[in-house]
Amino acid sequence: MTETKTPVLEIKDLGIDFGGLTAVNDLNMTVNTNEIYGLIGPNGAGKTTVFNMLTKVYQPTRGTITLDGQDMAKLNPVQANKAGIARTFQNIRLFSNMSVLDNVKIGLGNSIQYSTMTAILRLPKYRAEEKKADAEAMDLLEIFGLADKADMSAGNLPYGAQRRLEIARALATHPKLLLLDEPAAGMNPQETQELMDMIRTVRDHFHIAILLIEHDMKLVMGICDRITVLNYGMLLAQGVPSEIQSNPEVIKAYIGE
Amino acid sequence: MKKKNFLSNAFSGSMRGRTISFLVVIIAYAILETMITTGNLTRLFTSLLVPICAYIVAAIGLNMNVGFSGELNLGQAGFMAVGGFTAAIISGMLQTTIPNEILRLIIAILCGGIMAAIFGLLISIPVLKLQGDYLAIVTLAFGQILMSVVTNLYVGVDSTGLHFSFVNNNITLGDGGTMLISGPMGATGIDKISTFTAGIVLILISLLVVYHLIYSKEGRAIQACRDNRIAAETVGINVSRTKTLAFVISATLAGAAGALYVLNYSSVVATKFDFNTSILILVYVVLGGLGNMTGTIISTTLLFALPEVLRFLSTYRMLIYAIVLIVIMLVSNNEKLKTMMEKLKVKGKKNKEATE
Repeated sequence: MTETKTPVLEIKDLGIDFGGLTAVNDLNMTVNTNEIYGLIGPNGAGKTTVFNMLTKVYQPTRGTITLDGQDMAKLNPVQANKAGIARTFQNIRLFSNMSVLDNVKIGLGNSIQYSTMTAILRLPKYRAEEKKADAEAMDLLEIFGLADKADMSAGNLPYGAQRRLEIARALATHPKLLLLDEPAAGMNPQETQELMDMIRTVRDHFHIAILLIEHDMKLVMGICDRITVLNYGMLLAQGVPSEIQSNPEVIKAYIGE
Repeated sequence: MKKKNFLSNAFSGSMRGRTISFLVVIIAYAILETMITTGNLTRLFTSLLVPICAYIVAAIGLNMNVGFSGELNLGQAGFMAVGGFTAAIISGMLQTTIPNEILRLIIAILCGGIMAAIFGLLISIPVLKLQGDYLAIVTLAFGQILMSVVTNLYVGVDSTGLHFSFVNNNITLGDGGTMLISGPMGATGIDKISTFTAGIVLILISLLVVYHLIYSKEGRAIQACRDNRIAAETVGINVSRTKTLAFVISATLAGAAGALYVLNYSSVVATKFDFNTSILILVYVVLGGLGNMTGTIISTTLLFALPEVLRFLSTYRMLIYAIVLIVIMLVSNNEKLKTMMEKLKVKGKKNKEATE
């Protein structure tokens, strides 16, 4: 496979303060297309804070975020998604009273083209667009092995399936960059293995960049092309998995002296 | 073959709720119409039909807001007042220019709905910045404000046009002029053009609007904002726009309902649409089931008729009414009953799959 190395996400000198507390400081990193990038670090290192800044849930105090050449400074969370960033959450946030299929179709929302009036009058365009959305949503569910559960209510899915559905919903927004916040949390080794294959499939299928936070080192070292390690909000190390594994600073941060 | 397809289509998936609601309304209409023509319905019940239709439409609107958007709106009666009194003015104005009653009723209801929508849009700007209990309190206040404004409003019409005032003696009408709304006395001299048939048609239209909206992109977005606001934002849903849409549609239906209600009486006072009425509509919605339109229709009908049926108990009737409400609440929230219903549903599905 020929890898195209165009940068999708560029983070320069990123930092955020909460009152007097500096949660993240001086973070620099670049994520390329077709790349699976790992963001790791001990608890409280500021990993999820970085995700929240990328999705504009938090407004960074310093630094710039550039997505595919576009400056993200003035965007709100909705615009950040439209610009091409989609995410999953550490504590799953599904639309739990709605069906699995509808969860994905909500993700597709901005690519469904009809007005509210068209929907109320049920014009032919409504049917055509809904049919298209159904087909695309089912394709996504197929990839994540959820097609047979399309009519189930999302809240009734088993835990691992809920995590997969969240990824499917994020992908439905046609992102350029997918952020996964601890996708393997609470999964058993076999489920984790399946998840790793799925993440690779997603990259090969959609040709997007994937940035993931994970504590499962087997997963991180297994699928990530490059890794950034955070500690106390500061960049500790950056490089390919083998470099990270042998980096004494990283070992110190994780295991202690 | 084709007919069978159509039938199974009508009862499958997203269409099922709509079909059942429609059937309930149409069957009820057929039965009641026959009873009226054969003279089997007492005068008391006949007089209840249009108000029941009006409350059903308002409750369907509120269910959109409370059930699907998940926002507690305690000002629904305020929007009914806006719609109702707008309709009284419009129908009073057009009495001579449009003699056709049906056309005048349609125009009056449309105007009532549109006016309530405008007020709904204006109010949603400050209201939807809030969430939960705070939102409920503010809608309550707005409902009261709308009612108070209408209570102090004087409107008259003569050959030169409409005259508005908040002080009675400011209005001097020309020859042949009539007062349409006279402050605390309410709307007077309304021509009673609402009919039961119009009420049923209005119910069917509101059902169509609500069901079609729910199974559309916007409807899914509305429910998504209810289930998880933060996740909704990260999948690109504009939460405040979506909530506004639900709020305005709810207000529009309340306005149309108010128009139907007011045009059924020769005079109506604005205090009819006070806080108690808002709560009453909320009770209909909650007991009918959040997000359940058929349930809303049935609960509104029964609970509206109940106090009238119990009239022979005189002062005790509200006591009985309260007890009935409590019993329904307990029964409908019973865990055992819920799990039993759930089991029955699963069993039914399995049976269906087995036969297929």
